[in-house]
Amino acid sequence: MQKFDTLTGIAAPMPLVNIDTDMIIPKQFLKTIQRSGLGKNLFDEMRYTLDGAEIPEFVLNQPAYRKAEILVAGDNFGCGSSREHAPWALLDFGIRCVISTSFADIFFNNCFKNGILPIVMPQEVVDVLMADAKKGANARVTVDLESQTVTTSDGQVFGFDVDAHRKHCLINGLDDIGLTLEKAASINAYEAKAATTRPWA
Amino acid sequence: MTAAPRTLYDKIWDDHVVHQAEDGTCLLYIDRHLVHEVTSPQAFEGLRMTGRKVRAPEKTIAVPDHNVPTTLDRANAATMTEDSRIQVAALDKNAKDFGINYYPVSDVRQGIVHIVGPEQGWTLPGMTVVCGDSHTATHGAFGSLAHGIGTSEVEHVLATQTLIQRKGKNMKVEITGSLRPGVTAKDITLSVIGETGTAGGTGYVIEYCGQAIRELSMEGRMTVCNMAIEGGARAGLIAPDEKTFAYVMGRPHAPKGAKWEAALAYWKTLFTDEGAHFDKVVTIKGEDIAPVVTWGTSPEDVLPITGVVPSPDDFTGGKVDAVKRSLEYMGLTPGQKLSDIEIDTVFIGSCTNGRIEDLRAAAAILKGKKIAVKRAMVVPGSGLVRAQAEEEGLAQIFIDAGFEWRLAGCSMCLAMNPDQLQPGERCAATSNRNFEGRQGRGGRTHLLSPGMAAAAAITGRLTDVRTLMTEEV
Repeated sequence: MQKFDTLTGIAAPMPLVNIDTDMIIPKQFLKTIQRSGLGKNLFDEMRYTLDGAEIPEFVLNQPAYRKAEILVAGDNFGCGSSREHAPWALLDFGIRCVISTSFADIFFNNCFKNGILPIVMPQEVVDVLMADAKKGANARVTVDLESQTVTTSDGQVFGFDVDAHRKHCLINGLDDIGLTLEKAASINAYEAKAATTRPWA
Repeated sequence: MTAAPRTLYDKIWDDHVVHQAEDGTCLLYIDRHLVHEVTSPQAFEGLRMTGRKVRAPEKTIAVPDHNVPTTLDRANAATMTEDSRIQVAALDKNAKDFGINYYPVSDVRQGIVHIVGPEQGWTLPGMTVVCGDSHTATHGAFGSLAHGIGTSEVEHVLATQTLIQRKGKNMKVEITGSLRPGVTAKDITLSVIGETGTAGGTGYVIEYCGQAIRELSMEGRMTVCNMAIEGGARAGLIAPDEKTFAYVMGRPHAPKGAKWEAALAYWKTLFTDEGAHFDKVVTIKGEDIAPVVTWGTSPEDVLPITGVVPSPDDFTGGKVDAVKRSLEYMGLTPGQKLSDIEIDTVFIGSCTNGRIEDLRAAAAILKGKKIAVKRAMVVPGSGLVRAQAEEEGLAQIFIDAGFEWRLAGCSMCLAMNPDQLQPGERCAATSNRNFEGRQGRGGRTHLLSPGMAAAAAITGRLTDVRTLMTEEV
């Protein structure tokens, strides 16, 4: 997994609430057996017309935001299905960080498995970051995971919370499975005990 | 010393902790892992690349459901697109290579993963159940802790039979009293989301309780838990009782003999202790719940069928713009009566409402009637549900009414298969999501119960099922 330490980049504003995983990556693109290549279809139905032409009003089609690396979004971002294709599509497009007041659980979890940092901020901070993002390509935002801060283009600094284990894995680009397999003895012991306490399971 | 009172969620959690780190992060043991073709190929590929095995193939169950066609000619490979065929073929191969339990498309037991699991007795009370699908919450109806996971976690469970988790908070949703005639489990679960919002359950595991929940069949309880995720909750739970045990007994993978007795004794301990703490409580009177429909593009956009389309001005904050966008997408005008909305298509099926009881409820309304919509389809949740419906004569009622009688699969619930809406096509659907484009780009979805879907099929518009009831459904 790609490491995440600090990121300075363009933030795209997406104030819509309840942006769901069907919007992020519509179902017709889930028929892949790979993780890569989904970036061109990120937000497909909001981004392109039925004949595949770009919809100029859509934020990521605007010249200022075509290289955005951060999204500032409305409440409950990523609600809906468990499809990991949603963070894969974001990552493939180049988005490494999403900031919102709230995220759906499964999406939030999936981000950390893919080197994407989802940040929860209170409404008043999201409002400031949204306004900053609307300034366009010259307004670069800095996200520093080590110090757990977001710095706006005009130097306002906001702290955020992140789970210590997830932070450790992101900063070091660690694979969860490898870490868990180090606890094989605990898993073996659990299974041996469960074989007597819950033999039907 | 007496132990502190615990919730049902607390008890199941405690019994599955393999390891707890100092910061509270837990390694949780997974009893059942359900797998389908869309969210698993990259996980199996990951195992191959690292030379890892499936740790517990006997606890892993796979079935293709999302992108398989549901037409009668689906054995003909030409009914599938190339990419869908590759995904299903990949699951066939992965199931064989890794030695996991498998129900291929040709097996009569094939169906939607969340219908097959309980039907085959894989899902049992007190278990942890995961699947790379958000509607895994369905299995909570058995008092099992069940939730959706992403593909990276699918790989993690395949390799380790565990998940890295932090414990969620406890939320109680109590439905008191009894439901009125014509009101179903679907109306309960939609009404709860209407009350709490789609983010109301974020960070929580919901336990549904109260007399109205107790009075539901297992099928109804699965419908309620299925949509816990639409309320933002990772999982929904219902404490097991005699109905649960009766449903489970004798299923192919349910315990037998002495193991059954031991299991039963354990299952009877699975309830929330008196005085246990809930972080959030929602109470709704069963009598106050009406047959409901959704009008917008979020499952929280719910109103009784007797209501009118709301105006963006009725909302505050970010929801104002979201409602404007929804109404435009849905082609609706504020103030319009919901019962005046004309329907093109009716879809009955999905892991929310594709079980035998759902088909019975729809058939009771349809018996002897004809559809007044352009297209209507019934997609049973599994091959066995389909067979039972044929035996009970339900299939003939649907066919006589003008419905297409399909084979099992996810079908138009997510339209990853040939069953899709056209732009602007308006559908009354018993499924679980009314998101933009969910049932096909530009398609307009109204979520409702099977009885309400049947009523809409007969009249050609959203209709209060109670006006068509000749007997209690």
